[in-house]
Amino acid sequence: MDISTLLNQMPGAVAQGLIWGIMAIGVYITYRVLDIADLTVDGTMATGGAVCVMLLINGYSMPVAIIGAVIAGMLAGMITGLLHTLLGIPPILAGILTQLSLYSVNLKILGSGNQTINTRKYDVLVSMGELKGVPFYQNPIFVTAIFVIVVICVLYWLFGTAMGSALRATGNNPNMSRAQGINTNTMKVFGLMLSNGIVALSGALLAQYDGQADVQKGRGAIVIGLAAVIIGEVLLSKLLRNFALRLCAVVVGGIIYYIVYQTVIWLGLDADLLKLLSAAVVAIFLGIPYLKRRFVRPSIKSIMAQEEDSTNA
Amino acid sequence: MLELSNIYKVFNPNTVNEKIALKNLSLTLNDGDFVTVIGGNGAGKSTMLNAIAGVWRVDAGSITIDGVDVTAMPEHRRAKFLGRVFQDPMMGTAAGMNIEENLALAARRGKSRGLGWGIRKAERAEYREKLAMLELGLENRMTTKVGLLSGGQRQALTLLMATLQRPKLLLWTSTPPPLTPRPPRKCFLSPIGSSTRTS
Ligand SMILES: Nc1ncnc2c1ncn2[C@@H]1O[C@H](COP(=O)(O)OP(=O)(O)O)[C@@H](O)[C@H]1O
Ligand SMILES: [Mg+2]
Repeated sequence: MDISTLLNQMPGAVAQGLIWGIMAIGVYITYRVLDIADLTVDGTMATGGAVCVMLLINGYSMPVAIIGAVIAGMLAGMITGLLHTLLGIPPILAGILTQLSLYSVNLKILGSGNQTINTRKYDVLVSMGELKGVPFYQNPIFVTAIFVIVVICVLYWLFGTAMGSALRATGNNPNMSRAQGINTNTMKVFGLMLSNGIVALSGALLAQYDGQADVQKGRGAIVIGLAAVIIGEVLLSKLLRNFALRLCAVVVGGIIYYIVYQTVIWLGLDADLLKLLSAAVVAIFLGIPYLKRRFVRPSIKSIMAQEEDSTNA
Repeated sequence: MLELSNIYKVFNPNTVNEKIALKNLSLTLNDGDFVTVIGGNGAGKSTMLNAIAGVWRVDAGSITIDGVDVTAMPEHRRAKFLGRVFQDPMMGTAAGMNIEENLALAARRGKSRGLGWGIRKAERAEYREKLAMLELGLENRMTTKVGLLSGGQRQALTLLMATLQRPKLLLWTSTPPPLTPRPPRKCFLSPIGSSTRTS
């Protein structure tokens, strides 16, 4: 176990963490803002990659490939939203149904389980081959960081609009929202489309980075996304009250997830156990707030500080 | 003006739990009317208000508000006519959003919610003034999350939200006395067409 091996893997971990951080922002929109655990994303992640790679292979330019991926993701989110709002299927189940059907769709898009692209031949934005020895503006860390910033800025603006407020209200209290004239069904569909569009963007970047699209790619994506959301919140929530900064925390959560991931592999953990470990970590962090409420008495001081914070925010 | 004509509502039809909650109910309220509906538990008071609010469609009969037949209109579209104060003080506000954001939501009731700002500077001053009328000190806590307020404070806020835009009809389900907000001394309910209150 040579520490320099680990250090050499850090840039890769950061790049992957940033890409998954974008995915986690999508999860944040459904899980935290809309209060829906949307499992569509496992399928959408792979769909984003598949659409992007196939468009590139068929001669479309890189921006077209990325936009195509985002549109495909939004369509997937729309299907889940309509299953939920038009047919009354509980959102978790609606997401599972879309996710399962996307597996077939992704196979059809790719024509097989996997498609590789030669990242030197195509004009890709991010590639793991470019972590070293290229000007900084071609470095995948720099490029994905730009994407992260753009996504966060757009969402920060959007959630400050009347429409964005309606979306937040829908997740908070749907009854009250309808009483205030908000079409909660439209908002849920919109939120799911927005979220899955962002997830597909992440999938498209990941496929370029890996140089391949794979139907298996999104398996367990929701758990990684949740892990990033929760790690970011646990570590940074005390500091960050502003919405944009919270989204930054989510991305930091993604980066930390991948640094830990690489470290655990470096420590020699059986790679077969990684998904089990991820799920366990998420389960523990999801459980902490509940256990805290049940067993820890809040100190009066911290409550007063909290109140003061939110008054000053 | 509100007109309920011969409305019916049956819960769990054709099952052993079938319950005819509203049976051939008709009611006419004119502008300026103030009506208090009193009845025992399960009499159907909440069901009547839910029928007016459009939480679900009535099984028969028709509902007209201000000359508009709203019988088939979904809840969110009827909202432009109605101010609503729910029985449960937690129901009328968004706990995870702050006081001014809640008021801004209410100020846009019945209007299109596009990509304009969710709250504007000028609105804040107006909200501060109106909150001050409640005399609960909420005007100094406009960025406090509503979830941190007491039931009574939240109910008072709900009432303010319901009347921020003059509703054609105020539907108010009263809560047990300890949770009922202290009536504001300066009355901001006056300009309302008609209101219905149940207890
Ligand atoms: N969602 C529902 N499903 C089934 N039965 C209901 C439902 N809502 C109300 N009821 C029944 O309808 C009757 C009237 O209820 P309600 O209008 O809530 O009474 P109240 O006058 O106390 O507000 C009661 O018998 C109640 O059990
Ligand atoms: Mg009742």
